[in-house]
Amino acid sequence: MNRARRGRTRISVVGVLGELLITAGVFVLLFLGWQLWFNDIVAGGEQSERAHTLTEEWLADVAPVEPAADWGEPVVAPEPTETATTFATLYVPRFGADYAKPIAQGIGTRTVLNPIGVGHYPGTQMPGEVGNFAIAAHRTTWGAPFAEIASLQLGDRIYVATADGIYTYVYRGSEYVLPTGVGVIDPVPQLEGVAPSDRLITLTSCNPRYSAAERIVAYGVLESWQPLGAEPPAEIAHLLPAVGGA
Amino acid sequence: MYAALWRALPGPWVVRLLILLVLAAAVLYACVTWVFPWVDTLVNTQEVTVEQ
Repeated sequence: MNRARRGRTRISVVGVLGELLITAGVFVLLFLGWQLWFNDIVAGGEQSERAHTLTEEWLADVAPVEPAADWGEPVVAPEPTETATTFATLYVPRFGADYAKPIAQGIGTRTVLNPIGVGHYPGTQMPGEVGNFAIAAHRTTWGAPFAEIASLQLGDRIYVATADGIYTYVYRGSEYVLPTGVGVIDPVPQLEGVAPSDRLITLTSCNPRYSAAERIVAYGVLESWQPLGAEPPAEIAHLLPAVGGA
Repeated sequence: MYAALWRALPGPWVVRLLILLVLAAAVLYACVTWVFPWVDTLVNTQEVTVEQ
């Protein structure tokens, strides 16, 4: 490089400004790539991994249970007191054959929904309990556990596994509400103060996609319950480690 | 700006290119690990929970 050429490539204000703007544009594109693609895949993988690890821990501690016609009343675990405690896993074959997500206590975006996946509304009932087991998760980005929430069809099974057993819910219907529609997580949805008799599950997420304008709500009702040591439902058997940690 | 950076780097062009690639990788790593998750909390457009 000779001296004359060096003189021509002096730094100018407009040149620096232009390069800064191009750099900013590149960073915006990189961020979108991270948010919509890279982090979505990474977080989704971590969620499946965590769900698998959880069930592995639970199943290592249980003994096989002989089949029975009726398991009786569902076992209901006490609600975790600490935020971000993972106490259950979620399986929805309609969301994908290999769909498995961890459920943790709390609905904070930074504490639960981003790092873990599915969050349980504090104060709502637990899996299998009479009332409403209400959970929330992202519909887009961060692994998007409820990406396919709008594709649920009548009769679809929603499985929740805990250290105690597997709770099988059947999808019953959906509803669209405003962000303030807290009635959907009442023990009897939309009927405040009414004593519940059904065992429900409620899934909430954002609607439309990438928006905070409304919420999409999906309801299910408990169909059956079984202890964790029993033969798992055929639909999700391939997602659960063997009983006894084999 | 980038021309100045290129001139400031030592060695032949191959070495400069390698240094730039390492720098770019470091910047990208920092973005993915700290900057982008932080920005995501600022531009978060979706809310998935019902609340009063």
